[in-house]
Amino acid sequence: MTTARTTLADDGDLFAALPEVDEEAQRRLHDRLVTAATEAGILDVAYRTIDTPVGLLLLAATDTGLVRVAYAREDHDRVLDQLARSVSPRVLRAPARLDRAAREIEEYFAGRRSLFDLPLDFQLAHGFRRTVLSQLTHITYGRTASYAAVAAAAGHPKAVRAVGTACATNPLPVVVPCHRVVRSDGTVGQYVGGADAKRALLALETAA
Amino acid sequence: MRREPFEAIVAQYGPTVLRVCRAVLGSSAADDAWSETFLSALRAYPRLRPGSNVEAWLVTIAHRKAIDYLRAESRQAITVDELPEPSSKDGVPGGWEADLWAALRALPLKQRQTVAYHYLAGLPYADVARILGGSPAAARRAAADGIAALRKTYLEGEPE
Repeated sequence: MTTARTTLADDGDLFAALPEVDEEAQRRLHDRLVTAATEAGILDVAYRTIDTPVGLLLLAATDTGLVRVAYAREDHDRVLDQLARSVSPRVLRAPARLDRAAREIEEYFAGRRSLFDLPLDFQLAHGFRRTVLSQLTHITYGRTASYAAVAAAAGHPKAVRAVGTACATNPLPVVVPCHRVVRSDGTVGQYVGGADAKRALLALETAA
Repeated sequence: MRREPFEAIVAQYGPTVLRVCRAVLGSSAADDAWSETFLSALRAYPRLRPGSNVEAWLVTIAHRKAIDYLRAESRQAITVDELPEPSSKDGVPGGWEADLWAALRALPLKQRQTVAYHYLAGLPYADVARILGGSPAAARRAAADGIAALRKTYLEGEPE
């Protein structure tokens, strides 16, 4: 590639002034690719971003459902790389496929939604972590539970630390409410989106 | 195993493949060829060996799609001299960009292909020869002839 490009100086000057990128065409062709890939059933991971009071969130979905919600501090490019490795490399930006998830999350942040009604894909969580995440859905909007209480509810009262790990590695923060798990002393504890984001979500839910 | 999301492949190589398709097929057919190329590539992507030359892989697919299109076109007995009208998709209508695409389209197919794959996609002649068949030297000659013809038809009369 580089060797060929350097020889362009003699002959390739013919093309030197051609635009490298035709933005309008690329957008049109990208849309068309998403449509065709969806029809062919080969768009394995669709994603989009959404602006929220806790920053830009990445949303990704498989055919099964929402598979990943990621905070900006997790580095969206890195998260997409992980999805390509662990789910499928057939990853495309396809906002329409995430319209419903985006709408529900927007309603949540506007204080108009206390329960998510979305198909979820838990394939990124395994074993006990997955058990913990399914317990979290029982902590209702505006309530909190301690790590110890969640461990007990998950059937392993001594696994308090493992509950912490399950929350820290929750692939679906906000939607699966790991932010409602707090320390027994009443402080909020750590959060995948940062302690400030956790406080913001808890404040939003108690204000409503 | 390191595997980029396909979105990154589209962003990185989409524009180059479009230029190649436009050079080989003209603008109206280029959209179809690009779309079929990237749909095929997406389908095969999980099986692409890590470390492969992605650009050469995509140009190879685009090459096959272009050949399919040209065969179908000749079956429908559409004459080759029916050059596509320069459209706004090619840049300023009637402007130098449209003229260049039209000049490319007027070259014999082999010259058009070698010029597109070497000069627009930046592939070395060894890769161009692998895609087209024949030797790297033959690919180099065809590209040189193509460039010479382009200089005559397109650049003649223009100030240096």
